Amino acid sequence: MLKFTEDHEWLKIEGDVATVGITEHAAEQLGDLVFVELPEVGAKLDKGGEASTVESVKAASDVYCPLAGEVTEVNQAIADDPSLVNSDPTGAGWFFKLKLDDAAAADDLMDEAAYKAMIG
Amino acid sequence: MDTTADLLKTPLHSLHLELGARMAGFAGYDMPIQYKMGVMQEHLHTRANAGLFDVSHMGQILIRANSGNVRDAALALETITPVDVADLKPGRQRYGLFTNDKGGLEDDFMVANRGDHLYLVVNAACKHDDLARIEAALSDTCEIEAQFDRGLIALQGPAAEGVLSSYAPKAEDMLFMDVAELEIAGVPVVVSRSGYTGEDGYEISIPAEETDRIARLLLSDDHVAPIGLGARDSLRLEAGLCLYGNDIDETTTPVEANLKWAIQKVRRNGGARQGGFPGADVILSQFDNGASRLRVGLQPAGKAPVRAGAVLFAQETGGEAIGTVTSGGFGPSAGGPVAMGYVPAAMAAPGTSVFAEVRGKRLECAVAALPFVPSTYKR
Repeated sequence: MLKFTEDHEWLKIEGDVATVGITEHAAEQLGDLVFVELPEVGAKLDKGGEASTVESVKAASDVYCPLAGEVTEVNQAIADDPSLVNSDPTGAGWFFKLKLDDAAAADDLMDEAAYKAMIG
Repeated sequence: MDTTADLLKTPLHSLHLELGARMAGFAGYDMPIQYKMGVMQEHLHTRANAGLFDVSHMGQILIRANSGNVRDAALALETITPVDVADLKPGRQRYGLFTNDKGGLEDDFMVANRGDHLYLVVNAACKHDDLARIEAALSDTCEIEAQFDRGLIALQGPAAEGVLSSYAPKAEDMLFMDVAELEIAGVPVVVSRSGYTGEDGYEISIPAEETDRIARLLLSDDHVAPIGLGARDSLRLEAGLCLYGNDIDETTTPVEANLKWAIQKVRRNGGARQGGFPGADVILSQFDNGASRLRVGLQPAGKAPVRAGAVLFAQETGGEAIGTVTSGGFGPSAGGPVAMGYVPAAMAAPGTSVFAEVRGKRLECAVAALPFVPSTYKR
């Protein structure tokens, strides 16, 4: 199940684990990324809390946690090579995996059609 | 915030939109931040090839002495700037500073001796204040003409000489900080061999109604790409050049800002025309006794960019703030984060460790010699 947030994150939900990244639209708006700061494995994050920071040449931006849960894995590859987020935002450019406190809460997020309608 | 409707447009505004620029308000103008290539590639293209920048938002001002002698205009200007204008030879340009009574900086600018008049280029955000400052001090002896609607294009990078020379062959013979009137496609333009990227290149002053045509002509060369203000900022930061409002402002003196080189010996203590500019007592005293803080380059040890506003500390934990980062970001040519800021004079030696607080963490930075990327001016 693929879900989206108003803050331009995507979530691929398998059981009670969500893989989280930023959308192609977000990656394009941010421009070439030069630095990614990932959350710590084991960190418990609230919905809407700051999960990660991404920086382009010009500016720093926050990536928010789309649902409450515990970080179980982070993608060290994007910290080593932030350009992966620009080249493959929905694949190799994923950010972290989250064990959801309440998997049913994902039902309230947008599906792909709703997200596409939002960004126009 | 400026709303789009209130923003002024340069003569190249429709060209920016046509080229797909991402626009934003800057100093009251609707300006291109980046084009489709993106900040990173625009930066690298300028260093490898040639970039065309719209800097028409900056203020162009002509000063003519009523006596007809340009030296009289230069001496009059010296009452509001600490630089040596009177000894500037015809066809030459130099970097200038406007100071206030406390020795702080009101603006930085370029001034050229055009033979029968002075030609100034001042910052966009300061241009109306600068015009008022010049009029107040010089209007008794000089005629002052603001050309705020005129076009100004910067062509920067190693390919700039070849490109401009193909239209104006004499551009090739100019050296860094030379200024001359040339002709491009039948249009008389004022060209200086200078810029604000650390690269060789030119700034080209063009009548407003011809600016779009000349810009398109230069862009038709395969070497030239349009470059936005985003890359202009990262280029000047790598070159160690100050951004007025960030690295220098009304509270920083030329000595603190490490701009002593911009004040020639003739205006310092013991010089033939020493002092006689606003804040001379403060500034000349700092020449003799040193300033308590200095602008330095900062090289972050890690990969995280350290940006303007980050507070600096001497240690990784505890202690009082010792200074602030005034410009910072990622340097595409440097291949990592680069920054500038103010530190106590005792900590200004290259190699000194300081710590910048970013998102609650103190990141180690080494005081670094400027520029981060060697300049390629044609001297």
